[in-house]
Amino acid sequence: MVSGTVDGAGASSRAVRAVSTYCLLAWTWIRAAAQYPVSIALLALGTMVTAGLDIIGILVLFSRAPRIAGFTSSEVLLLYGTSALSFATSDILLGTTERLGEHVREGTLDALLVRPVSPLIQIATEDFSPRRFGRLVPPALVLALALPGLPIAWTPGRVAMVPVMVVSGVVIFGGLWVLCAALQFVLLNSQGATKAITYGGAFLTQYPMTLFARDFVRGVTFVVPLAFVNWAPALYVLGRPDPLGLPGWTRFASPVVGAALCAVAAVAWRTGLRHYRSTGS
Amino acid sequence: MGVIPWASWYALRRYSAYPLGSMAEAVTNSFFGVVRAAILLALWHARPGLGGYDATDAVTFSFLTQSLIGPVQIFGGMELAQRIRSGDVAIDLHRPVDLQAWWLADDVGRAMSTLVLRGLPPMVVGALLFTVRLPDPGEAAAFAVSVGLAVLLSFALRYLVTLAMFWLHDERGVQAVTLVLSLFFSGMIIPLVAFPETLGDVARALPWSGLIQVPADVFLGHRTGGALLSGLAFQAAWAAGLLVAGRLLTRAATRRLEAQGG
Repeated sequence: MVSGTVDGAGASSRAVRAVSTYCLLAWTWIRAAAQYPVSIALLALGTMVTAGLDIIGILVLFSRAPRIAGFTSSEVLLLYGTSALSFATSDILLGTTERLGEHVREGTLDALLVRPVSPLIQIATEDFSPRRFGRLVPPALVLALALPGLPIAWTPGRVAMVPVMVVSGVVIFGGLWVLCAALQFVLLNSQGATKAITYGGAFLTQYPMTLFARDFVRGVTFVVPLAFVNWAPALYVLGRPDPLGLPGWTRFASPVVGAALCAVAAVAWRTGLRHYRSTGS
Repeated sequence: MGVIPWASWYALRRYSAYPLGSMAEAVTNSFFGVVRAAILLALWHARPGLGGYDATDAVTFSFLTQSLIGPVQIFGGMELAQRIRSGDVAIDLHRPVDLQAWWLADDVGRAMSTLVLRGLPPMVVGALLFTVRLPDPGEAAAFAVSVGLAVLLSFALRYLVTLAMFWLHDERGVQAVTLVLSLFFSGMIIPLVAFPETLGDVARALPWSGLIQVPADVFLGHRTGGALLSGLAFQAAWAAGLLVAGRLLTRAATRRLEAQGG
């Protein structure tokens, strides 16, 4: 009992320390980036507009047809907003972990390992720049504008589901970032291909799954659980039937899927780190 | 001929040194091709014949854009930027070779390498999963010329952006802004034929349409005869104009350069 409490306290103080270390390192990088103010301003603007391009793309599509694959523009904008908000947040927090392979190749991972801070935190905060916050703006605006326009009866459950799906989406994408990074311990060159899962997943989830072939949708539901980022919960919010005919509870499964994925990612990361051998020369 | 062809040749070999890395990129390009093809198929299902394309053209276009990402480096960037930042460009300027010609040669080698390693796989994936339109030999030859001009044009644009380094000491801001322009106005996000009329006309007059839309139209056989010549002339004119601008700016930039260190 006593040791349990101590362990619990130990775990929570470790978590607090990890978060405060993350913030400290992120702040250091932000101050470094602030040395180039013109670039920061242009970068934040550029990042914001680049992120907004996907919206323009969607709007151009719907300027040509009222419905695409059975979905209206406000429904697709809900998918875009939730997916992009989740992905941008996960990218801010963990996106730079995709550079792990670079660190292994250049031998700089060794330098990270001798410091008394988790290498995951060090890589995740690397080059942390205020410009990345620019990416949150377009999806946040879209959600604010698109949500009231949806032709649905807002029940408390539906209202609550929107933040739940955004947070679950962050957790799922976060798990995918770390999983893809861990893969680079084994396959050094895999970053180019795993971008299909991270960036590709972010793009894919902006659109309704009704666009894609059934087997493809099964793949992004059961193999790489991208459908749980926003598709499954959005079906609940929009009150639509599931084209795969999955049972109703899957619409509420996103948080559990996210937690499970993060557990897998944590095991993969630790395994990869334990088996890491420095680049010899 | 001198050293320039060798610069291209060594760039070609350097960029082909890690074929696995390039092939991995091609996996992602192919994946995006599949997703984009599905989106455009749905649009052309709702609007058959939109912009003169049929559904097969739209699918082929999706994979073409992914194939051309590497060769025309649609996401921008050039190694020269790091050399300006570190001051190594001072060494480049001491070489008895023109700075712009040297980096153009390097870029041509890079483009040829990525055309093979990253350009072919998405088209193969597209042909396996969907019905795509393949060009006849004449169209293929015209397409080759158009891609060559697109590479020149892409270099001319990126070189200008890179030179901003001399003034701003950090090119990423300008690059982020030009990235938006090149992604949107090249046809990468949505083919320019699907743009609303006025926006489409504006987009077609801008240089970025020469990177993706013009070569794609040539590949799909939508530009033949006079339209083919005007398309190629459009690419060539923009490339020439921007290369000259690059020359003038190089001269101004070298006068500004202060290399530090000792």
